[in-house]
Amino acid sequence: MTTAQLAAMFLPRRHESSLRNGLADGRWRAAEWVFWLVLLAAYFVFPERLVLGSQILITALFALSLDLILGYAGIASLGHAAYFGIGAYAAGLLAKHGFGEPLTGLALAAAVAAVAGYLVSFLIVRGTDLTRLMVTMAIGMVCYEAANKAHFITGGVDGLTGVVMKPIFGAFEFGFDGKVAYLYSLIVAFVLFWAVRRVIHSPFGLSLRGIREGGARMPAIGAPVRKRLIAVFTLSAALAGVAGALMAQTTQFVALDSLSFSRSAELLIILVLGGAGRLYGGFIGALVFMVMQSWLSDMNPVYWQFWIGLLLVVIVLFARGGILGGIETLRDKLRARHPEGAQ
Amino acid sequence: MTPQYVLRTEGLCRQFGTFKANSDVSIALPHGARHALIGPNGAGKTTLINMLTGVLPPSAGQVFLREENITSLPQSVRVKRGLTRTFQINTLFWGLTVLESVLLAICERKGVATAWWRPLSQRTEEIEEAMTLLRQLHLERDAQRITRSLPYGRQRLVEIALALATKPSVLLLDEPAAGIPAGESREIFEVLAALPSDVSILFIEHDMDIVFRFAQRITVLVGGKVLTDGTPAEIASDPRVKEVYLGESEHV
Repeated sequence: MTTAQLAAMFLPRRHESSLRNGLADGRWRAAEWVFWLVLLAAYFVFPERLVLGSQILITALFALSLDLILGYAGIASLGHAAYFGIGAYAAGLLAKHGFGEPLTGLALAAAVAAVAGYLVSFLIVRGTDLTRLMVTMAIGMVCYEAANKAHFITGGVDGLTGVVMKPIFGAFEFGFDGKVAYLYSLIVAFVLFWAVRRVIHSPFGLSLRGIREGGARMPAIGAPVRKRLIAVFTLSAALAGVAGALMAQTTQFVALDSLSFSRSAELLIILVLGGAGRLYGGFIGALVFMVMQSWLSDMNPVYWQFWIGLLLVVIVLFARGGILGGIETLRDKLRARHPEGAQ
Repeated sequence: MTPQYVLRTEGLCRQFGTFKANSDVSIALPHGARHALIGPNGAGKTTLINMLTGVLPPSAGQVFLREENITSLPQSVRVKRGLTRTFQINTLFWGLTVLESVLLAICERKGVATAWWRPLSQRTEEIEEAMTLLRQLHLERDAQRITRSLPYGRQRLVEIALALATKPSVLLLDEPAAGIPAGESREIFEVLAALPSDVSILFIEHDMDIVFRFAQRITVLVGGKVLTDGTPAEIASDPRVKEVYLGESEHV
């Protein structure tokens, strides 16, 4: 089985019933506003859990970057932590060496990760599915070991310490309560999500879906597939870099672990759990995964992964397309039963 | 001055290992041609189309589009220059709607496929063009349907719609009616017959009724070589062609 077929198992199945509107017009739906308002409300409702909240938002943004290539262009990556880590070290090192202005850090991280992604993309476009998995994974491992060896720059396994952030716009200082960090992460995640959402609804977004749904036909309609893949891989790496930078800035620390294979693998699990190719899959996946992880590891710090594994098996077996895919299927079934209630 | 031939090959060869799929194939299509490529299974017809479009590099020989050597150009560039094909086996955008699929090809042709900010739904000009094309192919009622969910015959029309959306000057049709029962292929050939005469067409077809009705000129390919080339009347009376097709078709 190719990874494309594998990925197809998790991708959205579009139903006739969801197509009454024809082309997706990119207008924001009520459920989407509710979703973002809930994230904002969480700031007031869970003031003592905001550190976890920031981690969830950052992971969600990271998962969104993977969704761009896996969910839309149909390219799997098992080494996406490389760009997250590169972004984290870029922002961390910048702040450590006296330039602690947060937005500059984000911009630098995006640029550095984009360059790394751009260079790697030339290897990605050459391979087939299995080669791509191996190449992305291998490059991830090379980055991890390079950061490990470069102890004098990165701090190696001890992590990068001494990251000192300046207040955002010179006014909002990152505090121990994680309030500023949460709002900062939320605003950055929202702005970038909004941008990605626009890209997805543009002709460029359609051409990405074209590669996923009929890569063999693309050149026959005049589309240079490799150029598109290079573009989207670079964009995805830049996003992952920003997520890494957020992590570095909000925790004022960069762990070597941010480049690890397990982070890449976990990210794939999160996206599949939430549902790839749906924009919100990464957010839902990160939320469920990390809240469960937090609860379960409180109950039993050793065996929490058992339940996550079980949940994943259930999702894959019974809810094609992850949690969001399962919800869509249920909704379509309900509509089929009560057609008058539809629309 | 317009060149005499819009599409021409010189001594095209393609070997797979020791097997010669095409040897020394030279064909020429004048402007506005309706040219059929026939031959028994395994004659190398699809291999030839693959070399014409850039899917396969030829082992030897050259391809000229309007007398310009395009032998080393990639597939997508040839399409941009007006050389488009369809596939014998449906090669479609399965999870996209018919409208989205056609829009994809139109955006690509107009060079707006990399526009990444303005929503697709606001591109009224491209959408209008897509709907006009779909109406022309009697696909307008399927515009919102997912390609995968269409009946096979409709998918065959989408196959043609995608090619037409690139506004080809030379159209290569690889068995446009493949898999459709003989009586139901009429719709497809009505569509093709209605194409403007300045589009030059090379088509592979097994149904001899259709070939003789539609083609102005026929090339017979056997064992990777051009057996003969001529008008339908010449081909019909050629004893060698009869021999090749003996038992395969009662029409020749």
